[in-house]
Amino acid sequence: MKSLLARGSELASSKEQLKILTEVSEKLNLPSFSAKLKEAGLFPLRPTGVDILQVNVGKLCNQTCRHCHVDAGPDRREIMTRETMQECLVALATPGVTTLDITGGAPEMNPNFRWFVEEASKFGKKIMIRCNLTILLAGEKYRDLPEFFAEHKVEVVSSLPYFQKRRTDAQRGEGVFDRSIEALRKLNSLGYGIANSGLVLNLVYNPVGAFLAGGQSTLENDFKKELKQVHDVQFNSLFALTNMPISRFLESLLENGNIDAYLEKLVTAFNPVAATGVMCRNTLSVGWDGSLYDCDFNQMLDMKIEGTVSKISEFNKSVLDSREILLHQHCYGCTAGAGSSCGGSIA
Amino acid sequence: MAQETTYYKPEDLKKFGNIGEFEPDLAKKFFDYYGSVFADGALSAKEKSLIALAVAHVVQCPYCIDAYTTDTLEKGATEEQLWEAIHVGAAIRSGSTLVHSVQALNKVKELGV
Ligand code: SF4
Ligand code: SF4
Repeated sequence: MKSLLARGSELASSKEQLKILTEVSEKLNLPSFSAKLKEAGLFPLRPTGVDILQVNVGKLCNQTCRHCHVDAGPDRREIMTRETMQECLVALATPGVTTLDITGGAPEMNPNFRWFVEEASKFGKKIMIRCNLTILLAGEKYRDLPEFFAEHKVEVVSSLPYFQKRRTDAQRGEGVFDRSIEALRKLNSLGYGIANSGLVLNLVYNPVGAFLAGGQSTLENDFKKELKQVHDVQFNSLFALTNMPISRFLESLLENGNIDAYLEKLVTAFNPVAATGVMCRNTLSVGWDGSLYDCDFNQMLDMKIEGTVSKISEFNKSVLDSREILLHQHCYGCTAGAGSSCGGSIA
Repeated sequence: MAQETTYYKPEDLKKFGNIGEFEPDLAKKFFDYYGSVFADGALSAKEKSLIALAVAHVVQCPYCIDAYTTDTLEKGATEEQLWEAIHVGAAIRSGSTLVHSVQALNKVKELGV
């Protein structure tokens, strides 16, 4: 499969995606997300503070998952330069910024990835890497990445949509499950995911279809039991995420005729408690070209942050801490049920 | 407009909560009870959801089949678990039909055929 962009799909345009979300909401008479936040006394939504810098180092990826909100893939060429990474490092040095969260695409495919991690690790702050697992088996160039992660005490966060082959491969591509298990075993062999090793390996679950992720702790137990018993694989925590109705997941919702029901479900499941903990409140998202966004989803929808600071080179924590977060109907994905952020359930 | 061919409409499932319109007190009691039944307890919410799916098939309620297929998936159940639960319902249904044939057997013997 190719990215939406490479296929010339209308959905590659963020304007088109937002238009569809607006039209469906109007047709179904769904309240705007802002109105819902007003009811909950949370509007305008403001950050609690920029603690986490989430840097998207590019859209290039070795996979083309069906639900990808980045529309990433081998055909994407957008890549963060070393200069922009340097600007991110300056921002990371700011007191109060505790964590660097590196994402993509497959961030490891950025030629400056290792340099970035090495430089960032000098600050003694937490570094997380969103690793799709299969990249660790994608050739000589990547084979020693697990050792590299361990050496820099990087926290590895890996997607594994399900503990069985069928659903995982349906979402992420044929053979992805088996290769993911092999990569997980490699990480385990270095101590990743093993209690008290100091090396953290977390997995990310997201539903393979148009339904929500319920019961993170039950799911974590099921994943732990099944992966240990059947595959001899261990990990620390499971983060259950909701699929965002944007980009390639939006495409599949439109193809299956599930868009109305899914959006309605997200709205019906709105949880004000989850709304207080959405990730845009403590995270700032940086795009491959250094532009700033409230979150990775707003980034993919081209919704740049409000205010005077627009690039990572202009990073100013106090200005950013008091900005107003931009919202649209996709935000319901963060507040449905137990809520969903990069760190899993939030309520 | 096309003529309706069934009393069951998928969109009616969403209106389940409205049954209290004319009898709120009893409806509230029912929904409170329902909520308690399906909460985590000695059985997990997921196990309860799988039981509900089996029962939904036995009582042949399309609304409940729709709701509990989704619910079991949301709770992370595998397809194997869904279908084993459905077969448990089917086995009890056919078994309960067949076990009544003991009565037929008794009658056959009583009549001395
Ligand atoms: S979901 Fe992740 S692994 Fe899959 S295509 Fe997108 S960026 Fe790549
Ligand atoms: S989609 Fe982004 S901006 Fe909207 S609530 Fe979620 S994290 Fe915040």
